[in-house]
Amino acid sequence: MKGASIMSEWLERHIPKLVLAPSFAAILLFVYGFIAWTGWVSLTRSRLLPKYDIVGFIQYDRLFQSPRWDTALNNLYVFGGLFIVISMALGLLLAILLDQKIRTEGVLRTIYLYPMAMSLIVTGTAWKWILNPGLGVEHIIRGWGFESFRFDWLVNPKFAIYTVVIAGVWQASGFVMALFLAGLRSVDEEIIKAAQVDGIPTARIYSAIIIPSMAPIFLSAFIVLMHLAIKSFDLVIALTGGGPGYATDLPATYMYALAFSRGDIGQAASSAMVMMAVVFAIVVPYLYSELRTRNE
Amino acid sequence: MSDFTVATQAIGSRRQGNVKRIALRWLLYVLLCLFALYYLLPLFVMITTSLKSLEEIRTGSLVALPREITFDAWSTAWSSACTGIQCEGLRPFFWNSILIAVPAVVISTVLGALNGYVIAQWRFRGANMIFSLMLFGSFIPFQVVILPMARVLGMMGLAGTIPGLIFVHVVYGIGFTTLFFRNYYVTIPHELVKAAKVDGAGFFRIFWSIFLPLSLPIIVVTVIWQFTQIWNDFLFGISFSQAGTQPVTVALNNIVNSTTGVKAYNVDMAAAIIAALPTLLVYVVAGKYFIRGLTAGSVKG
Amino acid sequence: MFMKTAFVAVVAASILTTSAVFAGPTAEVLHYWTSGGEAKSVAVLQKEFAENGGTWIDMPVAGGGGDAAMTALRARVLSGNPPTAAQIKGPSIQEWYNEGVLADISSVANSESWDKLIPPAIAKQMKCEGTWCAVPVNVHRVDWIWANADILAKNNIKMPTTWDEFNAAADKLKAAGITPLAHGGQAWQDATVFETVVLGIGGPDFYRKALMELDPAALKSDTMIKVFDQMRKMRGYVDSNFSGRDWNLATAMVMNGEAAFQIMGDWAKGEFLAAGKVPGKDFLCGATPGGGFLYNVDSFAMFDVKGADKKAGQLLLAKLIMGKNFQKAFNLNKGSIPVRTDVSLDDFDMCAKLSSKDMAAATANGTLLPSYAHGMALRGAQAGAITDVVTAHFNSDMSSQEAVNELVKAVANSY
Repeated sequence: MKGASIMSEWLERHIPKLVLAPSFAAILLFVYGFIAWTGWVSLTRSRLLPKYDIVGFIQYDRLFQSPRWDTALNNLYVFGGLFIVISMALGLLLAILLDQKIRTEGVLRTIYLYPMAMSLIVTGTAWKWILNPGLGVEHIIRGWGFESFRFDWLVNPKFAIYTVVIAGVWQASGFVMALFLAGLRSVDEEIIKAAQVDGIPTARIYSAIIIPSMAPIFLSAFIVLMHLAIKSFDLVIALTGGGPGYATDLPATYMYALAFSRGDIGQAASSAMVMMAVVFAIVVPYLYSELRTRNE
Repeated sequence: MSDFTVATQAIGSRRQGNVKRIALRWLLYVLLCLFALYYLLPLFVMITTSLKSLEEIRTGSLVALPREITFDAWSTAWSSACTGIQCEGLRPFFWNSILIAVPAVVISTVLGALNGYVIAQWRFRGANMIFSLMLFGSFIPFQVVILPMARVLGMMGLAGTIPGLIFVHVVYGIGFTTLFFRNYYVTIPHELVKAAKVDGAGFFRIFWSIFLPLSLPIIVVTVIWQFTQIWNDFLFGISFSQAGTQPVTVALNNIVNSTTGVKAYNVDMAAAIIAALPTLLVYVVAGKYFIRGLTAGSVKG
Repeated sequence: MFMKTAFVAVVAASILTTSAVFAGPTAEVLHYWTSGGEAKSVAVLQKEFAENGGTWIDMPVAGGGGDAAMTALRARVLSGNPPTAAQIKGPSIQEWYNEGVLADISSVANSESWDKLIPPAIAKQMKCEGTWCAVPVNVHRVDWIWANADILAKNNIKMPTTWDEFNAAADKLKAAGITPLAHGGQAWQDATVFETVVLGIGGPDFYRKALMELDPAALKSDTMIKVFDQMRKMRGYVDSNFSGRDWNLATAMVMNGEAAFQIMGDWAKGEFLAAGKVPGKDFLCGATPGGGFLYNVDSFAMFDVKGADKKAGQLLLAKLIMGKNFQKAFNLNKGSIPVRTDVSLDDFDMCAKLSSKDMAAATANGTLLPSYAHGMALRGAQAGAITDVVTAHFNSDMSSQEAVNELVKAVANSY
């Protein structure tokens, strides 16, 4: 009898940890274990299939000598930065606009959100046609008589990465909008009403009261977008195939090409490690500050 | 809730306010419609292409209205496009995707809700560390996990099976679901839990009768995210399936992607739209509950 | 709750594998032929397989010229659950063999005397340390140049037989306002043009040294500089919207009279035929300038699997793939030619007949060469390193000398 009650008391005290334990164990093994595995393989000569004889840092030497990897890493900064900033700004803007008691909100919300539902395997083809100077926007606007109109980013190695941003924002900003909309709607109405009665302009109500109260939403949006930016693989493959040349290569496409079509798994593993190091270097300080401030 | 009208009336005189109000409203709608155009453009291209005959696509401009509308491509994509030797369209693969997506979404959402609840409301030493580790986990590129995961699935005897695919999706989904719920529950006052404890309610009781009823909006967000990610997943789908368990994205890819075969863009586009229908449906249905849950609203910041 | 499901599945799987009894030849076939014509071609094989009492389990994974299929294959092999047969080609057959996962199919190869039927250059790639480890399906020729017959006739141009002739014709067309070369700016298409230029300007021996043996002297030779000069010229013959264009859209340009030529393997013929065009009348086919024959051979390798039914399936499959019947039916559909030289070509079109004639000649004088751009000549990492340079040069204003320097560096860095 006594044993059982001690047992149940212990259970009651530790139940939160027990609930969390399986998920945590899974993450430890399937994320951190696999990162360690990748780290190990990056030190080997693995080609077609993984091998486990360590040979040193030769794969990293090869990686840093590759001009294509340079391009890919640079593109991650350009693409990732623009993609995250624009998607967040656009998502927030759309959420605020939609929050003005719009009559057709349901329809508009679905329109903004639907791109997330489409698989990029094919949507990429549609974008490719729209952005192609000979078929899409440039062609049509010239057809209207604006002969000097130019929009040839897709075929210009210097600008092609921005077309990837356009399509990426198209896909992700709707979801960010939904997150922000959920946030806007959960802000206390009483506070806003009080502010309005005090005659505070709407713009200030947003910038000083509503938006700051949505800090957790910004964190979610940032993480969702960062995750999508790192994994933008289908997007590049379908839209540009990494081209012109390899001007729109991203680390994810580079890694995939080396691991699976070129049979150079050691090299792919080293690129994965470098990429994760870069991402962690950016994400860790941000998350640290976010979590700290909100625990106070 | 925020509203331009009240605010503008409060500043300006009534008449000026009215003119300004109408102008602002117009501007608002114009802006919203312009954005809607940007979002609809690719869908427009896809739908018009899917309604053209292959002959017209080959000879005409790709981005133009169809001269003659035909629904052949749609029926081909659904029931007779070749995805290999089998020429039964996307239809047979839909069931696989549902068998994978539904359990994976449910399991990962439940785990995420419980995890988020623990991390936000039952803090213990190291809880934040665990949360951070789970968060960083969402940044691992999936290309990295394919080979070791294949090994593990092989050892578990789940290689090529639907439970194997569910397992993979749950593992790489809990980071996000936990994040969503944690960020939502963290805004609910701790006093609620304290008061309930005083009343003698236990861990699950509090979750069940206090937190769950408040959770509709975040459940909707989580389900949208998870369902979209899992339904549209392609990389895990090709890596961890075998004949008979391939999801619809793999079939879509097989219809669309051929290196040396003749391309039928109309069928490709129709197939893409068909493959996206379940996610679209989730958005339309969930969107409704999303708003309903909020208007029922006891959520306070 | 989840662990329980997993446990049940494990138990179920182990019961299934232990209680498997011999139920006739079975084969799970991983391939990337999924589009209309290709799928029909494989269906021929499946039908024959079934007629011989076999059970065919289809595992198609399309995309990226087999990249996606290779991803699936790696995952399957690592999980200890390889398919019975998989579509693999070129040097990667040897690579998979070295991993120790391929099965020996010499018994059927010897009893069917494949050695006498297949050109030796191709047979060599199907063997691993003397045993047969793969079975070839077809021969695609890569060094084709396709032309719009009307445009050529109107501008009084003959099919070019040297690169100088090609340049002269292209300049003339350009002056007349016609895009000389239809091209899709994707890395593999750039590489396809590049290898035909290497073959045409350098000749078969140079091709062998540069793109098969990776001889540094050949890679940095003046000939290679000339090759890049010609590539720069080719860039000028392409319209401005070529980036990322699919090869079939480039073919459509030739078909619709928007462009005169296209350099592409013989799968392009399928696009012409599907549009109802007639070879010799609406469109012309010819070898790219210079001699030699670049082949791209699809093949299947058999994996080391357990179970008498699967082993029987492998041998039956190998036998049928090399069978005259399948070789003919498949290649009629696919635009390529049979790999065995004793199949009657009466039903094939003039382009296929030309291809077969040239293959016989190339076999005789030793100029039957594997295509580097289609993964027949080099390991993936090395072919990829070359392609990176080729596509970077084609899509920028890099000079030929710079390109050659980059090429030498990239190849050295690819080992």
